[in-house]
Amino acid sequence: MKAFTFQGIMFGVCLIVVALLTIVPAGAGPIDGFKGQQGTIRISGGTAHIPVMKEAAKRIMTENPEIQISVAGGGSGVGIKQVGEGLVDIGNSGRKPSDEETAKYGLEHFKWAIDGVGVVVNPKNPVKTLSRDQLKAIFAGNETSWRALGGQDKMINVYTRDKASGTRAVFWKKALDKGVITARANFVVSNGAMKSAIGNDPYGIGYVSVGHMDATVAPVALDGVVPTLDTVKSGAYKVARGLYSNTKGEPSGLTALFIEYLFSTEGRQIVMEKGFIPVR
Amino acid sequence: MNRENVARRLFLSAAILSASVTVLILGFMVVLALPLFKQGLFFEILSQPWLPDSSIFGIFPMIVGTASIALLSLVFGFPLSLGVSALASTFAPTRIGFLLKKTVQMMTGIPTVIYGFVGVFLLVPIVREMFGGGSGMCILAASAMLSVLIAPTMILFFSESFENVPKQHIDAVDALGGTPVQKFLYVILPGSWRGILTGVVLALGRAVGDTLIALMIAGNAVALPSSVLDSVRTLTSHIALIIAADFDSLEFKTIFACGILLYLLTTISVLVIRVLSSKTRGMP
Repeated sequence: MKAFTFQGIMFGVCLIVVALLTIVPAGAGPIDGFKGQQGTIRISGGTAHIPVMKEAAKRIMTENPEIQISVAGGGSGVGIKQVGEGLVDIGNSGRKPSDEETAKYGLEHFKWAIDGVGVVVNPKNPVKTLSRDQLKAIFAGNETSWRALGGQDKMINVYTRDKASGTRAVFWKKALDKGVITARANFVVSNGAMKSAIGNDPYGIGYVSVGHMDATVAPVALDGVVPTLDTVKSGAYKVARGLYSNTKGEPSGLTALFIEYLFSTEGRQIVMEKGFIPVR
Repeated sequence: MNRENVARRLFLSAAILSASVTVLILGFMVVLALPLFKQGLFFEILSQPWLPDSSIFGIFPMIVGTASIALLSLVFGFPLSLGVSALASTFAPTRIGFLLKKTVQMMTGIPTVIYGFVGVFLLVPIVREMFGGGSGMCILAASAMLSVLIAPTMILFFSESFENVPKQHIDAVDALGGTPVQKFLYVILPGSWRGILTGVVLALGRAVGDTLIALMIAGNAVALPSSVLDSVRTLTSHIALIIAADFDSLEFKTIFACGILLYLLTTISVLVIRVLSSKTRGMP
């Protein structure tokens, strides 16, 4: 008995073709540009950007195992400096690079999201609203007890970020009006570290990217406006900034594809999922 | 040229190379810090507070922070290490002592970031709740964690020097009917103080040089501390935090001052060990 007839083989081939046809369209989309590419993309800088960068990198690398994307933090200052010095392909910053930096390194900026910077306290802290003057007094170190603000009779522990932080730059400029930050403030090195510090310290106060806020920390209303995705989007919450990806000169190759991907429908979807407002 | 000569030259050049790297690093830091020396700012930087808003970039608070964390970690770590090594090499039965030493050896391989994590999630909340004020990120928490990090260095050095005490001396105590405690206090300790000192100086060097533990749990505040519950920044954390500043700024150049200071501290401690061990050579 013939096991493999001509018709039988043709039928099998047809089945395989049909199967392939149904698989391929699922992968079609903005990620298609990466098909057949190989190489590496090195990304560093802004820590607010990291969730989006990681998710985008994961999706691209899953579809294209030949591409390696590394995502590091360091802060906006580090990102701008490293991309300028050619150490990475994309340097992220949570503030617009200054004219000086742009000119010095010949940077191209790509603003792909809007993000707020909100004050956070531990969820156990009853103080959930502050006026701008109270906030300034706390960060300047003039207001040192939670009691006067309606909380427990405990010392306020102020947390801040180092100077490389774009989150700090925006918060300092737009929330503190360039006011003093006390020398007694604790320093943490990323948005993630700020979140775990405040989540662990019932008497702490700090500031994080609105996209990073979750149940481990409680947002504090500033002059009556709670920092959320919606208030940032509507413009009611004023302490906001753009999230930038910067390249040295016009991006090319994989770097250009990656930035294109951030602006694609799928990229914008990721930006929204991670709690930011995508921009065109 | 015979084989021995080749080998000698090979080893000599290796030695010269590794020694010159050490010297070159110092040279590199001095050259980069040259603008500070030229402007006469170097000593000002060492003695002033850190007030970036008034353009004063002094690292005095970081020096105090480093010194207090390192010294306090020795205060915690030294008795602990002395006890463990005495137990391991003298008091405990051989097999338990062996196990103890193997455990300590394993401890030396634990990355410091692990200690940092344990510190953040376990030690810091305890310190905060126990002592009331402050965030718990402070000298006390950092030095307690650091003492665990430097203990293995001391324990291994201590037990080695305990074991190097001449067997005859120990036998003599046993023959005279001395108790183990007497043996330890009157023979082993006096006979191995050099090793103890070396261990302490090395541990101190490690405490001064460690970055991650202080960066993660000392709080990194730039104010001058007034109690062990205050948050401080060490020289090493300062370098890690400032490295992102603008290359040309004075702020950035202060990290070379930190580097030179750390380098000198290490060199001095090595010299101290050398001098002490050569002076006492030949003594029992």
